[in-house]
Amino acid sequence: MMEKHLSISPKEARLVMAHMYVAFISLLVGGLMGLLQTFVRSGSFDLPFGIGYYQILTAHGVILALVLTTFFIIGFQFALMSKTVGISDKQRLSAWIGFWTMLIGTLLTAGTILTGKANVLYTFYAPLKAFPTFYIGLALVVVGSWIACFTNFRQLAVWKKTHKGEKSPLLAFMVVINMLLWYIATLGVAATVLIQFIPWSLGMVDTINVLVSRTLFWYFGHPLVYFWLLPAYMAWYAIIPKIIGGKIFSDALARLSFVLFLMFSIPVGFHHQLTEPGIDPLWKFIQVVLTFMVIIPSLLTAFSMFATFEMAGRSKGYTSLFGWIKALPWKDVRFFAPVVGMLAFIPAGTGGIINASHQMNQVIHNTIWVTGHFHLTVGTTVILTFFGISYWLIPSLTGRKLTKKINTLGIIQTIVWSVGMFIMSGSMHIAGLLGAPRRSAYSTYTGAEQVDTWIGYQLAQAIGGTILFIGIVLMVYIFFYMVLGAPKGKASFPIAEVSEEAEPTPQYLENWKLWIGITIALILFAYTIPFIDIIQHSPPGSEGFENLIR
Amino acid sequence: MRIHKYEKIWLIFGVGSLILFLIILAIGAFYKGVHPPSHMDTIDPKNVQENESFKEENLGLRQVGENEYIVNVLSSGFYYDLGKDEDGEAVNTIRIPVGAKVLFQTTSTDVVHGFHIAGTNVNMMVEPGHISTLETVMQKPGTYTLLCNEYCGSGHHYMAATVEVYEP
Amino acid sequence: MKPERDNISRETMVNPKKDNTLKGTLISVLLLGAFILISWFIVFAIFISR
Repeated sequence: MMEKHLSISPKEARLVMAHMYVAFISLLVGGLMGLLQTFVRSGSFDLPFGIGYYQILTAHGVILALVLTTFFIIGFQFALMSKTVGISDKQRLSAWIGFWTMLIGTLLTAGTILTGKANVLYTFYAPLKAFPTFYIGLALVVVGSWIACFTNFRQLAVWKKTHKGEKSPLLAFMVVINMLLWYIATLGVAATVLIQFIPWSLGMVDTINVLVSRTLFWYFGHPLVYFWLLPAYMAWYAIIPKIIGGKIFSDALARLSFVLFLMFSIPVGFHHQLTEPGIDPLWKFIQVVLTFMVIIPSLLTAFSMFATFEMAGRSKGYTSLFGWIKALPWKDVRFFAPVVGMLAFIPAGTGGIINASHQMNQVIHNTIWVTGHFHLTVGTTVILTFFGISYWLIPSLTGRKLTKKINTLGIIQTIVWSVGMFIMSGSMHIAGLLGAPRRSAYSTYTGAEQVDTWIGYQLAQAIGGTILFIGIVLMVYIFFYMVLGAPKGKASFPIAEVSEEAEPTPQYLENWKLWIGITIALILFAYTIPFIDIIQHSPPGSEGFENLIR
Repeated sequence: MRIHKYEKIWLIFGVGSLILFLIILAIGAFYKGVHPPSHMDTIDPKNVQENESFKEENLGLRQVGENEYIVNVLSSGFYYDLGKDEDGEAVNTIRIPVGAKVLFQTTSTDVVHGFHIAGTNVNMMVEPGHISTLETVMQKPGTYTLLCNEYCGSGHHYMAATVEVYEP
Repeated sequence: MKPERDNISRETMVNPKKDNTLKGTLISVLLLGAFILISWFIVFAIFISR
C-alpha cells in the first residue's frame, strides 16, 4: 500500500495547502521582523513610525515559533495521514474547523500585537499584562490544534479497525506520537492561559501567581521544541531514505525513539527555570537527569541516519570507508536541504546539552548564546528540513513538477541560509559566552569596555540576518513558483520502505496505553511534589503592569 | 529487539558521556553545594521594606567580615536600587576587592527581571514575591556590567549598573 | 584483542545478513560524540574559571 503512488485527492490537497499558505506568509512577515531586530541591535538603525523593538520581537517570536511551525506541521501531518491511513469526509471537515479556529486565533493575536498592547513576548512574562485578545487569540490557536490532534487520532483508529492485527504505518504512528506529545504539553499552557491570564487580563481577578504561570508555561515550553523537531525526524527516518534510493535502517528503532521522545520531552521544563528562585534545586536536578534521557533518542537517530546513508551508498557499490558519502544525491535539494539541517543539529544538540547542565546554565542563561542555540535547532535543523519537505510536497499537492531551475535555486537557498546562519548564530554564541544578553534592544549599558566587545558581534548578527532574509525571500519565491508557476506534471510523494535486513518491529511498540501511562507517570513524578511546594509557599500575587510595556 | 553491534558501542559511548556529565554536575551540586540559584524565601512585593535586607538603609554594598560582603539590591523597572551615597545620590557603581566573598540578594518590586553580572556566573532570575540570592567570589579584576537579562518592559535594555572588581 | 578487520570478516561470514558493515557510521558518530565531549568541557572550564 505504501509503494503505490496514490496522489492525494484535490480536497485533501486543498486542506494541506491552506496550512502551507499561512506558514509561508508567516515566514516572510516573521522573517522581516527578525531582520529589523538585527538592524536595531547593530546600533545604526531606528525603527520608524513609533514601532517598538519589543513589539517586533513579540511578533517575530509569535509568528515564527508558534504560527509558522504549527501550521506547517499540522498541514504536513495531514498530508502524511491522508497518504498512509486516509481521511474521511467527516475527518476532513473537522480538520478545516481546526484550521479556521487556529487562523482566527492567529489574526486576533497578531492584531493585538499590531496595536502595541501586547509587547510581552511569546513567553508571556507575567505580571507584564497584555490586552486580553492577545491571550484569547493564542488560546484559540491551541484549541484549533487540539481539533487537529483528535482528527489525527481518529484517522489512525479508523484505519486500525479495518486493518486488525497489522502494525500501523510508520509515518502515521509518528504523527500520532507527535500529536499526543502536543496535546499533553499544551494542557499546561492552556491551564495558565485559561485559568490565570485571561481572567486576570479581563480584570476578573486582581492578581496572578507568577511562578505558577511560569512553571505551567515551561511545562509546555520544552515539549514545544520537540513538537517542532519530530516532524523533521519523520522526514529523516521515513522519507529521506526513499529520496537517496535506500531503505529505512530500522522501523523498530524509529518507533522506539519516538516513544522515548513522548516519554521524556515533557517532564523537563525546569531546565528552563534553573536560575529561578522558589524551586527546590533537588527537583531541578531530577528534571536535568530526565532532560538527559531525552538526548538518547537523538543519539539513536544520529546512528540511524548515518547507517541509512552508508547502507544506501554501499548497496550502490561504494564500499570504501567513507565512499558512501559520494553516493548521496547532493544535487537533489530534497536531500541537500534536510541533510544540512541534520549537520546543524550537531552543534545545536550539543548546545542544548550544555544549556541543560544544571549549575552550568548560569554561564549562558538569558544570554544571546541561547538565541544562537535555537536559531540552530528550530531555525536551521527544523526549518531546512521543512523546506526540504516543501520541494516535493508542494508540487505533489499542486500537480506540478520540481523543475531543474527550482532545484538549483533551492540548493542556492540552502547555502545562503547556512552561510547567514553560521555568521548570525556563531556570533550569537560567542557574544553570549562573553555575557551579552538576549531579548534586548541596542544598548551600551553603563558604557563599560566589556559592552563594546559585544557590538562587533551584533554587527555580524545584522550581516548574518540580512543574508538569512535574502534566503527567506528566495524561499517564498520558490514556494509561490511551485504553487503557481511551475509546469504541470507529477511529483512523487516519497515514502521509504524498511530494509529487508531490519529486525521485525515488536508488538509492544504499539502499546499506546503503556506509553501514555508511563508518560503521565513521569510527569506526575517530576512535577507533583515541586508544584505543590510552589503553591504552598506562594507569595502574595502580582497585579498587572501594563504601564511598563508602553 | 536486536541492535547492531556498532550501535551498541555508540550507545554505550553516548550514554556513558551523559552519565559522566551528570556525575560531574552532581558532585558540584550536592557535594560542593554549587546548585544554581534556588533561594526559597518569599516576600510581599508591595512591602519589600518589611524584610531587613531590603530596608532602604541596607541597600547596596555592605562589608560584613574581613573579606566578606553583602550586596542588597532592589530590582525594579528599569533600574537596580543600590542605595544612596553620602550626598543622597543614587549609587550606580559598587566596588568589590578581588577575591572577596560576596553574597548578592535581590528581589523585585514589580515584574520579572534578570540579574547578570556579564562575564561572570552571577546570573539569576528575579521574581516578584521571591528573594534571589547567590554567593560568589569575584576572581578577576575588571569593570563589569550588572544588567537585566530578562525582558521587563520597554526600558529593559537601560536597566544596568557597574561592578568594579579591584586589586586592593 | 583481535584486529577489527578479522572481527568483521568473521561476522560477515557467519552472519552475512545481520551485521552489515557500518564502519563509516561508527566512526562518524564517534566523531560526533567527541565534538559533544569537547564542547561540553570547554563551557564547563569557563564555568569553573569564572
